[in-house]
Amino acid sequence: MYRAAGLLSVAVTTGPSYTLAELVAVQCAEVWRGQGEVLATSFGIPPRIGAGLARLTFNPDLLMTDGEAYLLAEPVPLGPRAASDARVEGWVPFSRIFDLLWHGRRHALLGPVQVDRYAQMNISVIGDYARPKAAILGARGLPGNSISHINSMYVPNHSTRVFVAGEVDMVCSAGFNPDRWPEGRVPDSLRIGKVVTDLAVLDFGGLNHAPRLLSVHPGVNAEQVQAATGFKLERGADVPVTRAPTQVELSIIRERLDPHDLRATVFKGNPPGDRR
Amino acid sequence: MVATGGVSKLLTAAEVVGGLRDGMTVGIGGWATRRKPMALVRAIVRSGVKDLTIVSYGGPDVGMLAAAGRIRKLVFGFVSLDVLPLDMHYRNARQAGAFELMEIDEGMLQLGLRAAAWRVPFLPTRVGLGTDILNHNPEIKTVRSPYPDGAVLVAMPALKLDVALLHVTESDERGNSVILGPDPYFDDLMARAATEVFVSCDRLAPTARIFSHERARHQAFERSLVTGVVELPFGAHPTSSVPGYGIDEAHLADYNAAATTDGWASFRAQYIDLVTHDEYLDAVGGRGRISCIAPPVY
Repeated sequence: MYRAAGLLSVAVTTGPSYTLAELVAVQCAEVWRGQGEVLATSFGIPPRIGAGLARLTFNPDLLMTDGEAYLLAEPVPLGPRAASDARVEGWVPFSRIFDLLWHGRRHALLGPVQVDRYAQMNISVIGDYARPKAAILGARGLPGNSISHINSMYVPNHSTRVFVAGEVDMVCSAGFNPDRWPEGRVPDSLRIGKVVTDLAVLDFGGLNHAPRLLSVHPGVNAEQVQAATGFKLERGADVPVTRAPTQVELSIIRERLDPHDLRATVFKGNPPGDRR
Repeated sequence: MVATGGVSKLLTAAEVVGGLRDGMTVGIGGWATRRKPMALVRAIVRSGVKDLTIVSYGGPDVGMLAAAGRIRKLVFGFVSLDVLPLDMHYRNARQAGAFELMEIDEGMLQLGLRAAAWRVPFLPTRVGLGTDILNHNPEIKTVRSPYPDGAVLVAMPALKLDVALLHVTESDERGNSVILGPDPYFDDLMARAATEVFVSCDRLAPTARIFSHERARHQAFERSLVTGVVELPFGAHPTSSVPGYGIDEAHLADYNAAATTDGWASFRAQYIDLVTHDEYLDAVGGRGRISCIAPPVY
């Protein structure tokens, strides 16, 4: 039926050992496979490692920023370093970032606090809008991102608190709910890449953009993923196992992109990537 | 006779804030923890002015004014302290429903300022379609394209400001200024969207010392927009004003930890209710310490 690039269904465990954070970082990189010369925007440790890894391996055309105002000629390592270490290849102040993203040549890997079955994301408030239980950031650029370019998601805590039943508490990013569109017509331009979590990889490529399960991480089964998700996931009879990082990828992550091992802090106890 | 010097626009922070009136709409320049006119914001906290509509790419400017109860309405896309993602003062006020909201996409904020700057009632955009932005802001309408595409677009209304407060690196007495940091953010649009513009600067200098042909490219807006200039060295602290100083993360952590009734009272006494700007600089560790705060590295 569907076969996403970068996934292997072969359950072989003879390769190098790796952590869950490393497996997740590699799946974050996979988000940008085949995406061409777009700006890769990422937030958080595995997504940042992932963008650098994609750039240094299968997508050398990616554009990246330093999170400040410059385009980087090569990925910079996470953590302490001299600012002058970064070689630049351009200047992108925020005004040009908006021009660039509304023009569409960008693929962001976003970290939503809530996601629903329509791929709508929330990072503003949890609970009632006027008197929220938790105020977070605000809508930020999600409305503009969602309608302007493709976006993927990174969710380090796959649970029904993130993947909610019904709709998210505040719809910050536009999604596939026809009721929210004039004449019920979801624009064709609305695109979601992948959803990378600590349990699995999802997308919204099912029937009428239904969410579906693409692969489960080693040692996780499809029922566990479904139980941790507040809406139904489409899935085939045999759900592939997420592929292990290659030795080359692990070397780039460990030696070049994250030499201070900040990725060890992402998941509690820094568990192995293969939980079988 | 040939006029050369022009009129000095030099003011003090107290004079700037003394001109504010209850209920005004105030735009605050910078972005989150970068180049915020914080000395002017602290002067607002010291003054009695209240019921303000604040328009901001929000950082501790919004949090402080929220903690001091000066905000009637907040027009914003986010409030963030970057390295400490959440501003706890904003969070408390937002959760208590302390002010009215116009929560919009950060790019819509830019379009609203640009519409005001260009003196048009709105600018069309696709941003906001399909989201709750339109449901929570019924005053934001849509329009249908008059062209054959017939597209439905959001008509982002002009965000007119009574006052814009901005912080720049260097200015002369007449408001010829440069921003030497890597990003002017949307200070230029705030300046043009506002009736009155007040600029604080890290250094006041003669025109000829500030400008060369190369350096002139760092000017974000022209002096004809500027009402008043205040010399406030390190006036963006605890936010950054690169290349002079970075974000004071330690101070922001103290500020965030003060998001309780008692905490805020002692934070105010220690850092805000001071008579002179020099006293403030001493209270946060002195000019030497601030100049050593490295620019952020991401």
